[in-house]
Amino acid sequence: MRNYLSTRWGIIFTGAVIGVIAVTLQKLGNPANMGICVACFERDMAGSLGLHRAEVVQYMRPEIAGLVLGSFLVALVKKEYQPRGGSSTIIRFFLGVFAMIGALVFLGCPWRALLRFSGGDWNAIAGLLGLAIGIAIGVAFLKNGYNLGRSYKLKKSAGWVFPAFMAALVIMVALNFRVSETGPLFFSEKGPGSQHAPLIISIIAGIIIGILAQRSRFCTMGSIRDIILAKDFHLASGVIALVISAFVFNFLYGQFKPGFEGQPIAHTAHIWNFAGMVLAGLAFALAGGCPGRQLILSGEGDSDAAVFVMGMIVGAGISHNFMLASSPAGVGAFGPAAVAIGLIFCLIIGFTMREKVS
Amino acid sequence: MSDKIDARGLSCPQPVVLTQKAIKDGKSNFEILVDTEVSRENVLRCLEKNNFNAAVSEDGDIFIIKASKK
Repeated sequence: MRNYLSTRWGIIFTGAVIGVIAVTLQKLGNPANMGICVACFERDMAGSLGLHRAEVVQYMRPEIAGLVLGSFLVALVKKEYQPRGGSSTIIRFFLGVFAMIGALVFLGCPWRALLRFSGGDWNAIAGLLGLAIGIAIGVAFLKNGYNLGRSYKLKKSAGWVFPAFMAALVIMVALNFRVSETGPLFFSEKGPGSQHAPLIISIIAGIIIGILAQRSRFCTMGSIRDIILAKDFHLASGVIALVISAFVFNFLYGQFKPGFEGQPIAHTAHIWNFAGMVLAGLAFALAGGCPGRQLILSGEGDSDAAVFVMGMIVGAGISHNFMLASSPAGVGAFGPAAVAIGLIFCLIIGFTMREKVS
Repeated sequence: MSDKIDARGLSCPQPVVLTQKAIKDGKSNFEILVDTEVSRENVLRCLEKNNFNAAVSEDGDIFIIKASKK
């Protein structure tokens, strides 16, 4: 049977729907220009689990679980569910860690970079440029034989462990699971972590996006990579659709506020907005997908992608505990140093994980 | 005898990178093995763009894509 969502119009439809859903979630309570941000939301989840103690960013974001579960369900139905793994797992974990560190210096994943831009936050431009440069470096490695190696078919349970983990987290937040005042789970009482759309809407929104993104293979990193690698604008048309639809709906909702200063959950240190996303973009390119795509793949049974996601969640804990993450006040004390270390790590991986090009 | 590229288990975008390499090396007849639907779609799109005919057959979980220059 033909997969209509994997056509050009399918990817455009998916991008447009993600844009509409994201800004509508903002209208319904999610933080400004953060209708859906995979990095920010995984960071909030890390906080909710007590992996960091930044009190303003702790919430068990149901959108993330929705993405994984939506992908899992539709992959099962469409017989694309394939438990697999074993491709340089530990490297993927640390690529996830450093991807998160870079994203939290900028304050957003590529999806949020696009949403920030659509909402008039021009600081996102430096981030998007950095993302493109990071991906371009990744493509150079790909062209020179960079490869994390093959994955192998695994037994059924290897594929459902991660979706089950996500389902468990949703159940915990639905039950408002708090053992005591000191957690777990932790929920912010103020700040971005306290801002969220109603639970059921967040879950449904996540599942819808998960289904569409699984069918259409939507990927922001891939969109830039494919342009550079193959002059292929297929995925890019989805990304452009996301920006346009998010812009239109931001405008309709009165959420479009152009400028550099005073943008929500953002800072104006352009160099670090840029550099943070160079690191994140390179890490995504080396790992083969943007954070959203990694969630979708983990729903399909790709345990390597699930390990990347776990790397991002742990990376969020490290980012806040070690004062690497930025805040609206500016860059974290050790953010720049961590970006440098991350870039060195990614370059070493890029140069060493190569097969001879004959 | 056509060349065979085994892209099974390789994650995105490796199957496309290998296909591009084969095309760049001037091969006009080759076979690519992939094992996910996504890789199948990506390789087919790459071949289409480069003016190649493609015929897909399935062997269990494996897609065998036969590429030949138009």
